[in-house]
Amino acid sequence: MPDTLVEPYARLRDNMAQRDRSLREKVVSLEEAGRFVQDGMKVGVGGSTMSRTPMAMIWELIRQRRKDLSISRCIVSTDGDLVFGSGIANHVVTSWFAQGILWGLSKVMRHHVESGNKRFEEWSHMAVGMRFRAGGMGVPFLPIRAMMGSDIVGQRPEAKQIDCPFTGEKILLVPALNPDVALIHVQRCDPYGNAQIDGLQFMDIDLALAANSVILTTERIVSNDQIRRSPDQTKIPFFCVDAVVEVPYGSAPHECYGLYEPMMRHMEAYVAQVNGDPVKGMQEYLDRYFYSPKSWTEYLSLIGMEELLEATKKGRSIYND
Amino acid sequence: MTEAQRYTASEILAILSARQLRDGQVVFAGIGVPLLAATLAQRTRCPALTILFEGGVIGAFVEPGKLPPSTNDQRCTKRANMVLGSADVLLLLQRGYVDVGFMGGAQIDQYGNLNSSFIGDPASPKTRLPGTGGGNDISSLTTMLVSMKHEKRRFVEKVDFITSPGFIRGGTTRKDAGLLSGGMWRVITELAVFGFDERTRRMKVLALNPGVTREEVQDNTGFNLDFDEKMHVTSPPTDHELETLRVLDPERLFIA
Repeated sequence: MPDTLVEPYARLRDNMAQRDRSLREKVVSLEEAGRFVQDGMKVGVGGSTMSRTPMAMIWELIRQRRKDLSISRCIVSTDGDLVFGSGIANHVVTSWFAQGILWGLSKVMRHHVESGNKRFEEWSHMAVGMRFRAGGMGVPFLPIRAMMGSDIVGQRPEAKQIDCPFTGEKILLVPALNPDVALIHVQRCDPYGNAQIDGLQFMDIDLALAANSVILTTERIVSNDQIRRSPDQTKIPFFCVDAVVEVPYGSAPHECYGLYEPMMRHMEAYVAQVNGDPVKGMQEYLDRYFYSPKSWTEYLSLIGMEELLEATKKGRSIYND
Repeated sequence: MTEAQRYTASEILAILSARQLRDGQVVFAGIGVPLLAATLAQRTRCPALTILFEGGVIGAFVEPGKLPPSTNDQRCTKRANMVLGSADVLLLLQRGYVDVGFMGGAQIDQYGNLNSSFIGDPASPKTRLPGTGGGNDISSLTTMLVSMKHEKRRFVEKVDFITSPGFIRGGTTRKDAGLLSGGMWRVITELAVFGFDERTRRMKVLALNPGVTREEVQDNTGFNLDFDEKMHVTSPPTDHELETLRVLDPERLFIA
């Protein structure tokens, strides 16, 4: 695993040179895709908060009992609880970590972070974005005008304040973040990994460009011909992508733009259970919804048809006048 | 019915906050009361208000009864002019396109610094809070409007941790830290409207909410307040403001 904060450029390019970037089919099962992620890796997670979370991939990694992962995501919600509560990650890099604004503080995050056994590394939202962007640009840092003067910067020796060589103004340099692997969920892509994202793209394009490998989960695999009919909709090019998995409802119980909204009854029941007891409640939740089901389909059945359809009706309604 | 029973604390918070916005402005709004108040302003006095959300939305026009559960949900994009990446919408603040940043707050101090990271010693916190989100970016880069509940434990002399900077330690300390633009402008609570002294940068009362006394505001504040010499009493919420607000949030998601 990388032993430095910012990957030396030669190593970044070596990693790239070793990737098979040819136009090839790369469709695999969820289980096979999980093996792309190894213990100790830096894992970038796409989407934001409760939106387009690559939940199926996180579900699979928890089932495969990965460990010591370092997760980065612009804003973390119940996915953060799950990676801490299951023990697959001991470090989360993000700007905000709770279950959702409707539910106040996450007792799961508090339990693991306040006891000191797991780390929540806080950056401003824009700083997370500029770290992925620097990673995607192949430069070691980008300058920002936020975070200075706050106590956040005092906790982040990784950020360096300098006097601008052109103006003399103070400016903060945030280090590039090149995850070993990125997990991104999209509405559709072709078997090569040309990915089209509807609605909010969050930081997923920068994340895909920055990562040393990308696992794409998709609601639907479409033909390459279909992608070529609307190339302006393609947000991530195939050569960034190393694996494609077709997983309908792959963000459940979170939302996927235009297809389904968050499954709020499930979310509310989850929050009540894990905040009631962040260890035992989480363990019971994981046993029931993550470890026991034989398949993603069985997991969706446990959430329930009624809730899935309700979320779907709301999700599709965004296109109604 | 007495004045105080006509509306809840959250309702007067949203209504007085909405009154701070001007038609034609570009406002970057956080979730909760800010989103609701910006939308209220848009549906009453400010039809040309452009609302930005950190999920990557320009020109939001949130539907009544369909308030989004965060500013990163699809409901935020309804009838918007544009969607873009979340880093890119935050960069609009840095470039200077945004007139007002509009946020809620958990803890604020006399210089308008906001804490949403730690209660107690950050090295060994009593409570680890959710963190900044876009709050630090918004408050570092633009003029700030903050709506929050008024409690003594929330209005403190010095925050435990500066997550989102106001005027830091007052005077010129914000500029000295490298923050060359923006700063705290207004804080709205269910008790009063606050501004900041031009020189000392300390918080001061600009107006009392209807039926609220100076003593009541001071008693609920953890530091000595200054009262502006032109301090006045805010006019109460109109029926139109209250009705519009209740249509926007019929389930009382943010105006409980």
